[in-house]
Amino acid sequence: MKVQIITPDKTLFDGEARLVQLPGLDGSFELLENHAPIIAALKKGSVKIKTGNDKEQFFEIESGVVEVIKNKVLILAE
Amino acid sequence: MPSLKEVRIRIESVKSTQQITSAMKMVAASKLRKAQNAILTMRPYAAKLTEIMQNISANLDESSESPFTQQRDLQRILIIGIASNRGLCGPFNVNVAKAIVKNITEKYPAQYKAGNVEIITIGKKLSDFLNARNYKIAKQYDDLLENLSFAAIQPIARQFMDDFAAQKFDHIEIIYNQFKNAAVQILQTETLLPVIRQEEKNQEPSGPKIDFIFEPSEKEIITELIPKSLKIQFYKALLDSTASEHGARMTAMHKATDNAQDLLKELKLSYNKARQAAITNEILEIVGGAEALKG
Repeated sequence: MKVQIITPDKTLFDGEARLVQLPGLDGSFELLENHAPIIAALKKGSVKIKTGNDKEQFFEIESGVVEVIKNKVLILAE
Repeated sequence: MPSLKEVRIRIESVKSTQQITSAMKMVAASKLRKAQNAILTMRPYAAKLTEIMQNISANLDESSESPFTQQRDLQRILIIGIASNRGLCGPFNVNVAKAIVKNITEKYPAQYKAGNVEIITIGKKLSDFLNARNYKIAKQYDDLLENLSFAAIQPIARQFMDDFAAQKFDHIEIIYNQFKNAAVQILQTETLLPVIRQEEKNQEPSGPKIDFIFEPSEKEIITELIPKSLKIQFYKALLDSTASEHGARMTAMHKATDNAQDLLKELKLSYNKARQAAITNEILEIVGGAEALKG
């Protein structure tokens, strides 16, 4: 699935990923391929992205919101 | 007619001024490019945020009131003016200052008399202008412009929101120069708070409506998103203003360089005239002297 992390200043991540772990307002959750459409608010924490070759990347965010439509994950972070 | 030496000195001074103005023009041009890039990277964020908010609003009932959407009687007003720390950019700063004065005297004279209009300035030149005209400035955030980043504006934006929610102000507006292109800035007065609900646009029947899962709930998400979009609005105003400033300075300096060029032309002409006159004089003297010797 395609993942984008955008902040007002720049784009942090843009590419394919296998798994995304997010700090949801009510607790951490993960998104995998073919997830149902969801809009969720995020709190302070780190976003984990696992790309195809099992490499993990972490991004610290202050707060944010995530939107998933048809295997497109859009994270608006601060 | 001025003497040769005087003209020469003037030519030198105009030349050095021209060098300065053309250097400033180049600097402004490169800063403008940077500022434009900042706007361009911010735009997708702002666009997506509005998109998500619309997606939620479509699923939301009318009853959801937020402390930021409350419309109250206009009693206490806060005006935020955004200009620049430096001059030499044409009417850029003065336009903002004049708009603030105009708003106070025309839109809120009663509130101003009662001492209920506060002014916050961002930009030293703007503060100076208003100070000179005896307008009281509640706060100045001049340093903000030196190192503009989203992180830096967050606490200030939050302060505005807290003040509004605590009913310290009933209306907050921003006055700034919107960036259209390098030569054109549009003076904007925008209402920051209260948030005005956008008229429900007729949803295009393109494709079926997506059935989202909301986590935790629509209402909580929207209360999270409204402050975000406000911060973005404030940040966008600042970025726009910075880009406009550099655009305005570039235009002003371009004009100044052109003017210096014209002035140089005139001075060169009068310099040459003076030189010719001096030579003619000299020849006349020599010829006169020779005539006298012959006689």
